Amino acid sequence: MTTSFTCRPPGRRLSALVAAAVLAAACGGGASPSAGPVTLNALFMKQAAYSEDNVTEMTKAFEDANPNVTVNLEFVAYDALHDKIVTDQVGGAGSYDTVLLDAIWPAEFAKAKIVRDITANVPAEYKNDVFPSALAGGQYQGKFYAVPWINDTKFLFYNKQMLAAAGFSDPPATWDELLAQARAIKDKGIVDYPIVWSWSQAEAAICDWTQLAAVMGGADFVDDAGNARFAQGGPLAALEWMKKTLDDGLSNPASTGFLEEDVRNTFSAGGAAFALNWTYMYNLANDPQQSKVAGQVGVVASPGMGGVQTSGVNGGMGIAVTSSSKHPDEAVAYALWMASKPMQDKFAQLSLPMWKSSFQDAAITKTAPELFAAANVEFTNLVMRPVVPYYTALSSALQVALQEALTGKKPAAQALGDVAAKLPEIQK
Amino acid sequence: MAGLTAARRRLRPAAVSEAWVAGAFVTPAALVILLVVAYPLVRALWLSLHEVVLTRPGEEPFIGLASYAHELANPDFWAAVGRSLSFTIASTALELVLGVGLALLMDQPLRFRWLLRSLVILPWALPTIVNALMWRWIDNAEYGALNALLLQAGIIDSYQQWLSNPATAMWMVILADVWKMTPLVAILVLAALQGISREQIEAARVDGAGPVSTFRYVVLPLLTPTLLIVLVLRTMEAFKVFDIIWIMTNGGPANETQTIAIYAYQTAYRAFDFGRGAALGYLIALAIMLLAAIYLRLLGRVGRS
Repeated sequence: MTTSFTCRPPGRRLSALVAAAVLAAACGGGASPSAGPVTLNALFMKQAAYSEDNVTEMTKAFEDANPNVTVNLEFVAYDALHDKIVTDQVGGAGSYDTVLLDAIWPAEFAKAKIVRDITANVPAEYKNDVFPSALAGGQYQGKFYAVPWINDTKFLFYNKQMLAAAGFSDPPATWDELLAQARAIKDKGIVDYPIVWSWSQAEAAICDWTQLAAVMGGADFVDDAGNARFAQGGPLAALEWMKKTLDDGLSNPASTGFLEEDVRNTFSAGGAAFALNWTYMYNLANDPQQSKVAGQVGVVASPGMGGVQTSGVNGGMGIAVTSSSKHPDEAVAYALWMASKPMQDKFAQLSLPMWKSSFQDAAITKTAPELFAAANVEFTNLVMRPVVPYYTALSSALQVALQEALTGKKPAAQALGDVAAKLPEIQK
Repeated sequence: MAGLTAARRRLRPAAVSEAWVAGAFVTPAALVILLVVAYPLVRALWLSLHEVVLTRPGEEPFIGLASYAHELANPDFWAAVGRSLSFTIASTALELVLGVGLALLMDQPLRFRWLLRSLVILPWALPTIVNALMWRWIDNAEYGALNALLLQAGIIDSYQQWLSNPATAMWMVILADVWKMTPLVAILVLAALQGISREQIEAARVDGAGPVSTFRYVVLPLLTPTLLIVLVLRTMEAFKVFDIIWIMTNGGPANETQTIAIYAYQTAYRAFDFGRGAALGYLIALAIMLLAAIYLRLLGRVGRS
């Protein structure tokens, strides 16, 4: 089945499946692409960017270029995506050829043999022109299990008018500066709580925590031997810092119940001067239909601290080929098509491209110069959340620990220490 | 017509064949029940005795009662049980008291009684999901109606984080459940109230009993069987509560609203530990059966007296 995989040299543009067929035949492999009509089933998620319409349009272009391949699309909410993939693959249905993978899943899915190792199919141009952080999101132990597709991280959004009213001409470059500005904004009565976060008991909180930990001593969670490192160093410092901003009244206390959309709503309603959020907020907060602060929205790379200029949590997603797929060649070709530079450039105003050269192309960056400038800096230092096969269980436990510390039930060190003590159980 | 009579005549002499026909009619339903009830039960029991982690396909060793033993020794499990009990006791007690009160009100010869009765049933007619979403909005810290109401009434001086504060989250969930389920109690109690003959109440009045003693010594004892049935229904439902909490708080903040059903769900579907999830399912079922057994004995005693 996979013989044609290793045999096929990585092609630059894989729309010509006929060539693949010839190669596969030459290899004597079992797969026979383009011998007849092929139907792929692809699982994506419902989101702001790329939207269902965008994905449908990209897919249509793929079908036009490969007339023998039909792609059926299915979209589910992010919350359902992981479970949908696991139950479909392990349950034996095996309905999907490609699935969308969050950057935190390749380890788990590779170990469970749900997705294929596609290292040999990733073209050389990926290594040269894609941000290394985007590549990392599809990898586990040096092998590719997904073609990186969406490159995303959390940027610092700020309200230009509020900063100006408090006498600041520049956005903060460090977290200390941010707190000083927030203090001034609060003291001047411009807004009650200057900073808003997504710190509810969810993955969103882990993302903010990771991003902060990376500049506060390093986002070092679990070492190679499987020992807990998250109850000390950067992660502990970051959590204590988070709690302190709540205690000081600089962070909105409602943050501990907020998800990303609540952050966007609060910021768009003029209820915060600063917010950490994904790229998608930029367009929406600047849309006068949905936002009271349209036109005042600034975005910069996430602040640094103590010599580290910036850091971002790796919130990328990739397209993986399932083990159950009967048409892996077409599935890989489809994934590469979706991630190709022309496709990403076409929709660059909706979702930031992962191709470095796109950032040098004025025709592309002019759609949102501020955002591209911020991304060009922050994409150089994206950090992964723990890359472990037991990530989902670990994240659930850490989410509770963050909540315990942020709501004052336990001191940060104790809350994280309790999870560290339970780690062997989680790893089992 | 003639054909049917002939068919009846052919069937009648042989009682055996009648049993066959009955069997044939029952079989499809029995098969369906077997498929959707019996199979999952057996399968879950099998899962609970094996180590089955979905993300580790292929290895499913038999581990006996180890999953059960692990949970019974797990403080997280008992914390979740404790939260389920708090939810159950508080919500059931409030629903019973408010439900009886409402029923007594609706039983009075008021002018717009029909309107009152239709209004009261409304919360119960709402799907749980809608109810939960609605309360999540009402309780929202930034733009919720509850904060606005309390602030304008001068009860609080700043917006409160109802759902993200560990001290209040469980109460907000209980409030939402009480708002939805009190009508059910009220309607059932109202039906029972209308079954009580006016003569008995009038006799008590003639004997000099005031409204309070009439309620305490005449009405309440006659309501007891209904109240017990309501109690049984509500405790069992409340003990396995899932949807309203899942939508309002997701089990948070800091697991403060993580009841036993949420805990079981998270074990089975977050960690994909189906073995332990199935064991938890059986433990919950056992707890509810225990409750049912206690209530059935109580009901039997009431029925006999």
